[in-house]
Amino acid sequence: MSGAAANTIVHWTAWTVFAFFFALVTVLGFVAARWKKADLDHLHEWGLGGRRFGTVITWFLLGGDMYTAYTMVAVPALVFAVGAYGFFAMPYTIVAFPIFFLLMPRLWNVCRRHEYVTLADFAQGRYGSHWLALAVALTGVLATMPYIALQLVGMQVVFAAMGFGALANGAEIALIVAFVVLALYTYTSGLRAPAMIAFVKDAMVYVFVIAAVIVIPAQLGGYGAVFAAASHAFAAKGGATGILLQPGQGMAFASLALGSAMALLLYPHTSTGVLAASSPDTLRRNAMLLPAYSVALGLIALMGYMAIAAHVDAKGTAVVPALILKSFPEWFAGFCFAAIALGALVPAAIMSIGAANLVTRNIWRPYVNRNMTAKQESTVAKVTSLVVKFGALLFVVFLPLEFAINLQLLGGIWMLQVFPAIVFGLYTPWFRANALLAGWAVGMTLGTALSWMQGVKPTYPVPCVGTVYIGMIALVANVLVAAMFTAVSDLLGRARKGDATAAGDYADARGAAG
Amino acid sequence: MRRLLLLIPFVATLVVPFYNRAEPALLGFPFFYWYLFVWLFLLPPLIWLVHRGRRA
Repeated sequence: MSGAAANTIVHWTAWTVFAFFFALVTVLGFVAARWKKADLDHLHEWGLGGRRFGTVITWFLLGGDMYTAYTMVAVPALVFAVGAYGFFAMPYTIVAFPIFFLLMPRLWNVCRRHEYVTLADFAQGRYGSHWLALAVALTGVLATMPYIALQLVGMQVVFAAMGFGALANGAEIALIVAFVVLALYTYTSGLRAPAMIAFVKDAMVYVFVIAAVIVIPAQLGGYGAVFAAASHAFAAKGGATGILLQPGQGMAFASLALGSAMALLLYPHTSTGVLAASSPDTLRRNAMLLPAYSVALGLIALMGYMAIAAHVDAKGTAVVPALILKSFPEWFAGFCFAAIALGALVPAAIMSIGAANLVTRNIWRPYVNRNMTAKQESTVAKVTSLVVKFGALLFVVFLPLEFAINLQLLGGIWMLQVFPAIVFGLYTPWFRANALLAGWAVGMTLGTALSWMQGVKPTYPVPCVGTVYIGMIALVANVLVAAMFTAVSDLLGRARKGDATAAGDYADARGAAG
Repeated sequence: MRRLLLLIPFVATLVVPFYNRAEPALLGFPFFYWYLFVWLFLLPPLIWLVHRGRRA
C-alpha cells in the first residue's frame, strides 16, 4: 500500500499549523467562562449558556454542532464509495429547516416558560410521567454516546494523516491529550466554551471548503472532468453505485433523508443549542441562515468524487485527509486538518453537555436525589460530562471502529422513536403517557431488530413499498401503537395524568421582540 | 395558510424522479447535483415569506 508509506513520515509543517490553532481554541475555551458573566453553578447557565445566545452566536453554535467532523469525513467517504446515494445528506439538510422553523420556536417557548433544560423535562411536564421522561432521556444519552465516539474518530483520522501513526501510539496519545483539554474547559466553562470555539472552527471550515472547491477541481480539469471520472469509476465498479441514483435506491434515499432530518432535531446536542437561544425569532432567523452550512456540506460531499478523479489511494474515513494532503501545500493541509479536528471538539463538547443535562435532570434528580440544590445540580452535570467523554474515549481506543459506527447508526433509529412524545406533544395533549411509552418500546425493539436482521444496516426491503429507512418503519409502528393505546384508554375512561403546560405556553410571549 | 409553502421543499427534494437525471448539466454539474444546490438557495427566501406572513 503506498498509503502506508506516506504515513511513516510525520508532517511537521502541517502539525505546527495544527498545534497553533489547537492552542488558540484551548485558550478561548477557558476564557469563555467569563463571557456573558454569570454564576456557572446553575445548570441553566453552565448547560444552556443562560439562554442568552443571539442570532449570530446561535448560528455559529448550531452550525458547529449539527455539521460535525464525522459528517465532514463520513459523507465524502460514502460518496467516494457509492456515489449519488451518499448525497442523501443534501435533501436531509434541506428538509430539516422547514421542520426546524415550525417546531423549534414552539419548543423554545414552552421550555422557557417552565424552565425546562431538556426534552425529557418537557415530556415530564406535558405528560406528568417520569417514566416517559426517563425513556426520552435514556434514548438521548444512548444515541449520543456513540456519536461522541465518532467525533473522536474524526480527530483520529486527522492525526493519522499527519503521520502520527509513525510514532509509537502517537495517534492515540494525541487523541487523549486533545480530549483531556476538551474535557477540562467544558467542565469549567460549560456551553460557553463550544459557543466561543465555534466562531473559529466555522470560519476555518468555510475557508477550507472554499479553497477546496476552487483549487482541487482546477487541478483535475474542472467539475465536468471530476463527474466524468467518477462516472467511469462507478461503471467499472458496478453494483448499486453511480453518479445518479440506481433503480430501487430512490425510496431509501428519500426516507433516509426525511428520517435523518426528523431525528437530527431530537438529538440532545441540537435541543441544547436550540434552548440556549435568546428568543423564538432567533431560531426562526436561524432556520433561514443555517442552510449556508448545508451548501458547505454539499461541497464537502463532492470531495468524494474529487478523490476518485485524483486517484487518491485511501479508503473510508481516510479519503478526505488523503485528498487534502495530495492537493494542498503542507501548511494549508495543517489548516484544513485543524478545521476538521475543531469540527470534532465543538459537537463533542455540546453532545456531552446535552447528555449531562439529561442525566442530571431526568435520571439523577427523580431517582437519586430529589432535593438537589442548584450547585449540586450543576456539579452532577459537570461530572457527568467528564464521564460521558471518557466513556467515548475508551470506546474509540479499545473497541473496533465498526462498533461505534454501528451504534451511531442505531442511535439515529432510536432517536426517531421519541418523535411522537416530543413533536406531537408540541401540538396536542391528546396522546397519553403510557401509550407513548408503549409506542416507544415497540419502535425501539422493532427498529433494532430489523436493523440487526440486515446485519446492522439502515434500510429494510418492505414488500410492495421498496427499500425504506428502518427508523421510519419503526416510527410508523410506534405512532400506530401510541394512537391505539390512547384511543382504547379514552374509551375505558381511564384517568389522565396532569399536564403542567397550557396552550398559551407554546406561542410567542406578547411584547417579545418581533 | 402561507405555511403550506413549506411543503414545497419536501415534495421537490424527496420525490426523487423529479431530478434523478444528468441533463441539463450546468457548469459541469449533472442536473441531480445543481438542482439540490439551487434548493438550498431557494429555502431561505421561502422561509422568510412564511415568517413575514406570521407577523402580518
